[in-house]
Amino acid sequence: MFELRIHGRGGQGVVTAAEMVSLAAFAEGAHAQAFPSFGSERMGAPVVAFARISDKEIRNREPVMAPDGLIIQDPTLLFQVDVFSGLKPEGYILINSSRSFAELGLGDLSSRHKLERLLTVPATEFAREHVGRPMPNAALLGGFAALSGVLSLASVSAAIREKFSGKVGDGNVGAAEASYTYVQQQMKELANA
Amino acid sequence: MLSQIEGSKAVADAVAFCRPEVICAYPISPQTHIVEGLSKLVKTGELAPCEYINVESEFGAMSVAIGSSAAGARTYTATASQGLLYMVEAVYNASGLGLPIVMTVANRAIGSPINIWNDHSDTMSQRDSGWIQLYAETNQEAADLHIQAFKLAEELSLPVMVCMDGFILTHAYERIDQPTQEQVDAFLPPFTPRQSLDPDHPVSIGAMVGPEAFSEVKYLAHAKQMLALERIPELAAEFQQVFGRDSGGLVHTYKAEDAETMVVALGSVLGTIKDTVDEMREQGHKIGVLGITSFRPFPLQAVREALENAQRVVVLEKAFAVGIGGIVSSNVRTALSGIQLRGYTAIAGLGGRAITKASLQKLFTDAEADQLEPLTFVDMDWELVERELQRSQLTRRSGTAYEHQELNPELVSAQLL
Repeated sequence: MFELRIHGRGGQGVVTAAEMVSLAAFAEGAHAQAFPSFGSERMGAPVVAFARISDKEIRNREPVMAPDGLIIQDPTLLFQVDVFSGLKPEGYILINSSRSFAELGLGDLSSRHKLERLLTVPATEFAREHVGRPMPNAALLGGFAALSGVLSLASVSAAIREKFSGKVGDGNVGAAEASYTYVQQQMKELANA
Repeated sequence: MLSQIEGSKAVADAVAFCRPEVICAYPISPQTHIVEGLSKLVKTGELAPCEYINVESEFGAMSVAIGSSAAGARTYTATASQGLLYMVEAVYNASGLGLPIVMTVANRAIGSPINIWNDHSDTMSQRDSGWIQLYAETNQEAADLHIQAFKLAEELSLPVMVCMDGFILTHAYERIDQPTQEQVDAFLPPFTPRQSLDPDHPVSIGAMVGPEAFSEVKYLAHAKQMLALERIPELAAEFQQVFGRDSGGLVHTYKAEDAETMVVALGSVLGTIKDTVDEMREQGHKIGVLGITSFRPFPLQAVREALENAQRVVVLEKAFAVGIGGIVSSNVRTALSGIQLRGYTAIAGLGGRAITKASLQKLFTDAEADQLEPLTFVDMDWELVERELQRSQLTRRSGTAYEHQELNPELVSAQLL
């Protein structure tokens, strides 16, 4: 079972991101579950969404307490919400930012977690470039596919197209691909460092 | 066909396959996605002939449903929480008139304090309204129960409420084996009403009944609902023949054969309970589960048979009856009358509080050691409760016991002075 938690703000497509993870996993033949945790339903409020991927039927409906992976769509949440709560030692973190973990003041995380599993990606910039809107969710999923390897880029792209048709779908797939390549490059650099 | 879809969409599609002729609803979270999905299907013509009626309130929704069902149209509506409460007078009339309306309730807490999240307070408040109540464990079952609900409702001429956990199910994406139109048509015949209003042959329905026959009319309603105890398992078997899935029925047991401790619950929490029970079984605990699908009519015999060999029973409830405690557990106790076993009521998940495996494991372990109070509150913040009780004793004008207390009780009371 792979458990993912996505943090962001209302209006950033956090819930849709978790749904797309479940669609991508389903396309790969896995069992998958995605569900949101709404606070106040308004733009800008902190929002959490969860996804589980398993080769067996998923019955557990508790929130993801000990995630294998974390996607943080909005770095302004880093010191507002306990986003890292319960993350497994070998867990993955992908943060939407053009700055590094150290620059974000998260340098100490690398002592508890595997350095090569902690990455940032400028997903909002990729979204602006490819979609024309600052919606980072699809780009982050592309990056997370590269970082974690739990989903293929092809199934993430198919999931994006299931949610968004036409130009918006193309743009989001473009953002996901750019982010995938960016994260792969980062990982190579880390491996060679 | 297997699809990865939202629970609300699975229900909207299943309802559409049942060919409802009138859908009338007023949107309320977390039911909204279901009726949005259906209104879209009507608008695009995929669901036809069907009239989608935007009403001005839930009272309007149930009133329109009564009218259209009485005129002989297959009728569907959906609501939640305050919306269900707002339609209550008409809810009782629908059952009293024997109108086979099917209604989804996306279970949500009721206020005050206002709370949009999931628990079973809303449908539990209507348990004695004369409607049949079926509780779904998964989105697959939620979709399937609607198909069974129309058949059950129309055969018995009684309304059926399909209860599914708001957000936890309605907003969850999971794998659904979607029915086909051919399957649903093979299972569900066209609606032949027991009664229908016709301007060419005018009749009255719902006339006044005085003391000379009111008890008899009420008993007849009971007798009719009791027929569902036989029909529900039969329908589940017929459903399995057509759809190849085990869905519905009165109750479901899990790892119950040699269980010394049995956990009883309704709805989606059964999944988390089963996972917890699996882990405890691996550690050697003799624990099993009874899921109740049909809460009304309440299957006294099936519940008794499922629990009579256990040493103790923990009823986990997502509703709380102020002034007494458990609601489901009172019904379970009736089923167990004359049987000596230890019974515990555990209130959990109120107003959307997450029910975790860790808390369940602790609860069940405490139950096995018989260290539970008869009425237990899972994950209760007793410090907060004690603080509020003390504060309200200190000053007369202590204000209301709302969520502000959590933030800063001194500040709140200072503002009130």
